[in-house]
Amino acid sequence: MDLSLYLPRLLDGLGVSLQLTALSVVFGYALGLVFALGVSSIHRGLRWPALVVVEVGRGIPALVVLYIVYYGLPAVGVLLTNFWAAAAGLTFTVAAYSSEMIRAGIQSVPRGQGEAAAALGLSRLPTFARVILPQGLRSSIPALMGLAIQSFQGTSLAYSISVNELMSQAYQVSSLTFAYLTVYVVTGVIYAVIAVPATWVSVWVEHRLARGHA
Amino acid sequence: MEAVVAVLLGLPMTLLVTAAAFAIGLVGGIPLMLGLRSRHRVVRLAVRFVVDLIRGIPPIVWLFVLFFGVSIGALRFNALAAAIVGLGIISAAYLAEIYRGGFATLPAGQTEAARALGLGRRSTFVRVLAPQAARTALPSVTTFLLALLKDSSIASTIGVTDMVFAANTFVRQNPMTAGLTPFFVAAAVYVAISIPLAIVARRLDARMRRSA
Repeated sequence: MDLSLYLPRLLDGLGVSLQLTALSVVFGYALGLVFALGVSSIHRGLRWPALVVVEVGRGIPALVVLYIVYYGLPAVGVLLTNFWAAAAGLTFTVAAYSSEMIRAGIQSVPRGQGEAAAALGLSRLPTFARVILPQGLRSSIPALMGLAIQSFQGTSLAYSISVNELMSQAYQVSSLTFAYLTVYVVTGVIYAVIAVPATWVSVWVEHRLARGHA
Repeated sequence: MEAVVAVLLGLPMTLLVTAAAFAIGLVGGIPLMLGLRSRHRVVRLAVRFVVDLIRGIPPIVWLFVLFFGVSIGALRFNALAAAIVGLGIISAAYLAEIYRGGFATLPAGQTEAARALGLGRRSTFVRVLAPQAARTALPSVTTFLLALLKDSSIASTIGVTDMVFAANTFVRQNPMTAGLTPFFVAAAVYVAISIPLAIVARRLDARMRRSA
């Protein structure tokens, strides 16, 4: 079986996978920040609901989240295409995971920073937004980069709700050609060609950031 | 109620896949970790590449390669075996990295002190370093087990009759009445198993930080 015949289809699928990754990372991290602020809130009414949402989001397999969104939203009158259902489900999972990373980053900022800002006359909001948060986010960068790579791999689960991303294309191509082993190995290589160098970059960034802190 | 029973029938399979893959990973992670710590640069780089490659390929692709792609003569993996072996390979790679991290945090003084006391390389490693590294790695290992429990749901995509497969089947057989209940039941069971494990992991972590 000639690789050049089905490689374009797989690469089309890869494009969809990358779109899903970009959407779920951008919206997931934004939502994750909101959840992180909720969990770190001093108000119980905010903290507990945020904590429940985050723990539930991290406790349920992404696959189950996808099925719930895919089958569930039409039931409540929201009609999404498979692609947007997958984007929504993955965004929720990414948000839950990223919020814990962002929260850990915020917590790792030494208390002296907040005290120093207060001593300089900054009020609570600027102290948080301009002193604590930037430093906290900086230390969560390595974890967030790792999560972005995981999210890219996680888009393969969208296969289960028939989004025409890389894994679905691989499935269709392999059932047309019967070249199961070749097609899936090539698919695995495509994922790895992106994920492995990305891992090296994230390790490099982690070293750079650690050096800056020392 | 019917949905609860139907989904719970898949629970043993979820636990079996998780436990078997975890066992493979716990053992398989050791040689990989030794490779990652090898004195020989070539071995180290080669094993590093293999570990990164294994982790760079999504679990679902591993399962499809093993289930649809691999046939040795007339021998083929059935769905359960493919899921266990596939998730086992992935677990070995992740756990090797966690084990390595456990050793990496040990102060160099531990090795130096053991050597100064006249312990050989092997006894230094087995008797001094490994027990301490195991303690350091334990919280991460527990966290990994939680992730693996959730990843075991991917086995349903190749037809392993776990909880997610059971939920899906129930929804297809009762399209009018089932609604989302089966998936919520499955979700609740995952969370119910995760919470005690998460508490254990958090305690282990807290205890380690105290004694460190």
